[in-house]
Amino acid sequence: MTYFRKTQPHHTMIQRLLTLTLGGYVISVFACVMWSGLVTPRPIFCASAQEPLIAEGEVGRYGGRLVVAERTEPRTLNPITAVDLASRDIIRRLNADLIHINCHTQQTEPALAKLWKVSADGRRYTLELRRGLRFSDGHPFSADDVLFSFRVYLDESIHAPQRDLLTVAGEPIRVDKLGPYTLQFELAQPYAAAERIFDSVAILPLHLLERVYQEGKLSTAWSLQTPADQIAGLGPFRFKTYVPGQHLLLERNPYYWKVDRKANQLPYLHEIDFLFVGNQDVQAMRFQAGETDVISGLSAESFSALEARRHDGNYRLYDLGPGLEYDFLFFNLNSLAPGAAAEVVRKQRWFRELKFRQAVSSAIDRAAIVRLVYHGRAAPLWSHVTPGNRLWLNSSLPRPDYSLARARTLLKSAGFHWDSKGNLADANGETVQFSIITSSGNAPRAQIATMVQSDLAQLGMDVNVIPLESRSVVDRVFKTHDYDVCMLGLVSGDTDPNPEMNVWLSGGSMHLWNLVERQPELPWEAEIDRLMREQSTRLNLKARKRLYDRVQVLVQENLPLICIVSPDVLAGGKSDLGNFTPTILGDYTLWNVEQIFLRQH
Amino acid sequence: MGRSRKLYVAVGLLLPAHLLVLGASFLSPYDPDVQNRALPFVPPTRPHWVDARGKWHLLPFVYAYMALPDGFAAYEPDTKRAFPVRFFVNSPRQQPVGGTYSRYHLFGTDEGGRIFLLGTDRYGRDQLSRLLYGGRVSLMTGFIAAVLSVGLGLLLGSVAGFYGGVIDGAMMRFSDLFLALPWLYVLFAFRAFLPLRTPPRESFTLLIMIIGLIGWARPARLIRGSVLSAKNRNYVLAARGFGASDAYLLQRHILPQTVGIVVTQAGLLIPHYILAEVALSYLGLGIGEPTPSLGNMLAEVQIQSIMSSHWWMLLPGVALIPLVAGYYSLAEVLHQRAGLIHD
Repeated sequence: MTYFRKTQPHHTMIQRLLTLTLGGYVISVFACVMWSGLVTPRPIFCASAQEPLIAEGEVGRYGGRLVVAERTEPRTLNPITAVDLASRDIIRRLNADLIHINCHTQQTEPALAKLWKVSADGRRYTLELRRGLRFSDGHPFSADDVLFSFRVYLDESIHAPQRDLLTVAGEPIRVDKLGPYTLQFELAQPYAAAERIFDSVAILPLHLLERVYQEGKLSTAWSLQTPADQIAGLGPFRFKTYVPGQHLLLERNPYYWKVDRKANQLPYLHEIDFLFVGNQDVQAMRFQAGETDVISGLSAESFSALEARRHDGNYRLYDLGPGLEYDFLFFNLNSLAPGAAAEVVRKQRWFRELKFRQAVSSAIDRAAIVRLVYHGRAAPLWSHVTPGNRLWLNSSLPRPDYSLARARTLLKSAGFHWDSKGNLADANGETVQFSIITSSGNAPRAQIATMVQSDLAQLGMDVNVIPLESRSVVDRVFKTHDYDVCMLGLVSGDTDPNPEMNVWLSGGSMHLWNLVERQPELPWEAEIDRLMREQSTRLNLKARKRLYDRVQVLVQENLPLICIVSPDVLAGGKSDLGNFTPTILGDYTLWNVEQIFLRQH
Repeated sequence: MGRSRKLYVAVGLLLPAHLLVLGASFLSPYDPDVQNRALPFVPPTRPHWVDARGKWHLLPFVYAYMALPDGFAAYEPDTKRAFPVRFFVNSPRQQPVGGTYSRYHLFGTDEGGRIFLLGTDRYGRDQLSRLLYGGRVSLMTGFIAAVLSVGLGLLLGSVAGFYGGVIDGAMMRFSDLFLALPWLYVLFAFRAFLPLRTPPRESFTLLIMIIGLIGWARPARLIRGSVLSAKNRNYVLAARGFGASDAYLLQRHILPQTVGIVVTQAGLLIPHYILAEVALSYLGLGIGEPTPSLGNMLAEVQIQSIMSSHWWMLLPGVALIPLVAGYYSLAEVLHQRAGLIHD
């Protein structure tokens, strides 16, 4: 073996000087890096609230940036006009509400209001605000901001989506200022769990938005192009920068009003970076690569893939069980004008036949759908309240098995028969043929529709599945009513039945199967209307539950929606996240973002 | 590569592919739309000749699948349950699929066993059967659409070239418009306007019509050029001088000159349209479920985790390679034979 010996160079003075200089430079850089690694820069603290809220949970450490991948870009930072999920996910971090629903306990808890009292008749709520709070730009917060916010939300010309929630028995809530930190909210009639309607109603800064409101420009205010110093809220973070197509950065709000058990001002994180990645696959890949810290709304496929590749344990995955989403089929039962969509009107003879709907429900193999579409990470459904909503679920509802024989018997008793080729035909000899529209952007629902198609083919029904762009589905269901059957899903924002009023009341804006009816057409619809109205005015939880249990029975018996499945809420987070406790409510992972901290950064 | 070798390559690729899809009803062991819901994403079945005790068998056999309790779509062969592979099995189908019906199938297994040579999809449908029927749908789309395009191109191109003047100007400007159209988006728009209740067979026919009718401009322009040059040749002028009619001139002297272009264009357009069908169905705008096509079979692998963990789902994409390569080789050979280019 031969070794080459390197000859030592002759150091000249210049070379030695150069070596010393470079050496010094390297040492100083190393020292800087070490310093920055060992000593986390302290966050900026500004005047903390006189009456802060003490948040329970592990005491964390300051610093770091949380990176989250969003599928789509937000459209606005304006809480009054935001309807898309991406915008709302970000807006929730920037704003705060008076009373908040704790996603973990599912109970209401004080937020900007430190306490509230309800009058004996259940119509008046008196809220006492925390003192000494400031918006994220340092401006003091008072009852005037609350008064202004509710004036805006209840202004009909603004068309705020919150207005529906803040309207009880057709009357908007009346808000009066009783003092600089005291407000009274008066409802037209007693309203069960009324404090829950304050959740997620962002309180707006009067000093920044009053002039814009008076000029009639509120709906275009706070766009993504608005300079950061013109946007302020009471949330744990404030807007910093936005780069279209790439990311949106939030920084910690130095005036935030929550503290931890040791009176450290929250939030712990310095920044949250929302990256825009386009689709769920990329979202999962970036999470797996460690480029993002949390992920939620995972599909069963992505979840399984991430689970299989979790080798070094740098992330944790959470299957939280069925959430509040329910996926269902519904028939077009709209009373259509004569001449409009004649083809639909002809088929409505079948759709209106209860036994026909029951046969369809009976022929859907829900267990197979859970297994094949969701890899077992979902729950079969027979009514609209999901097993995730333990408080309100009517657990005594029967769960009929998948049975083609029962479906055939039902069809036969309703006058249907099978021709020589095995096709199902009605009493007039017309073969049963219809189409199911579904959103092409939602792969699991399109897959469910394909399985339903195959199930119904066994009954001799000729079913076409038509995946359409989601806007086109919405258009057909809500405007033209030109469809036979639709496959959709709804996610309730709360476990309480009240936010679902617009689905179940005749004339409700989400009364999907019959949007044109103003008054109930059938006795069971009238009963649902009565029960829903009654439960919303009862203040006793047990009485409300009894009424809502009956609604679930009526829905199951009459099948305006054929509920199929409720997918599990699947989420993930890096192992070094502190206070990270995903839930089935809200946006699943960041509901307590002010308490989340990075153990290593 | 010499012309004859290219021809061998083209025939070598296309002939087996066409025979396979034409014989789909005989070659496919199962109905393409039958779901085996207990067997999603089964990997391709391996035929065995040696059993668990080391004993050799003359005829191959397959083991039953045993789903593993932990994990979705995880299987292992159940060596206690072996099923011999049978040939020319008699298993009539309930309904003819894709217009053809075969009582006998090339191979199959006994009751209780399953043979999935190319695995199964999410719903437990046999990928081989779907690939054969799907290939038939995609090939037919390409073939019929190309005939439509070239036929229309021949008609309009020869009229424009032969009569010239205003007709020529108008037709060529019209063809410019069609050439400038972003055809994929036009197809999206057309598909979106189709009535909801269009059954799969009719939507398939309409899709072919749309694809075919959009692509007439290019062949029409080429044919027009050929007709233009042919109509001023001396023998054509002489024939006209002797009183030959337009129809006679077109039929006898001019259209034969365009045969090379027509055949070459057809050869080029078929793979082009096969890919158009694949693109449309991949994006959910083509042939609807449960009818298989190469495009809607590939749509499943839009989900990255499926692509990475179930490789057999990519086979429809692999099947496209010989089809497209074969047709392009054939088009090149035809191009050379027609004297449009030289070796």
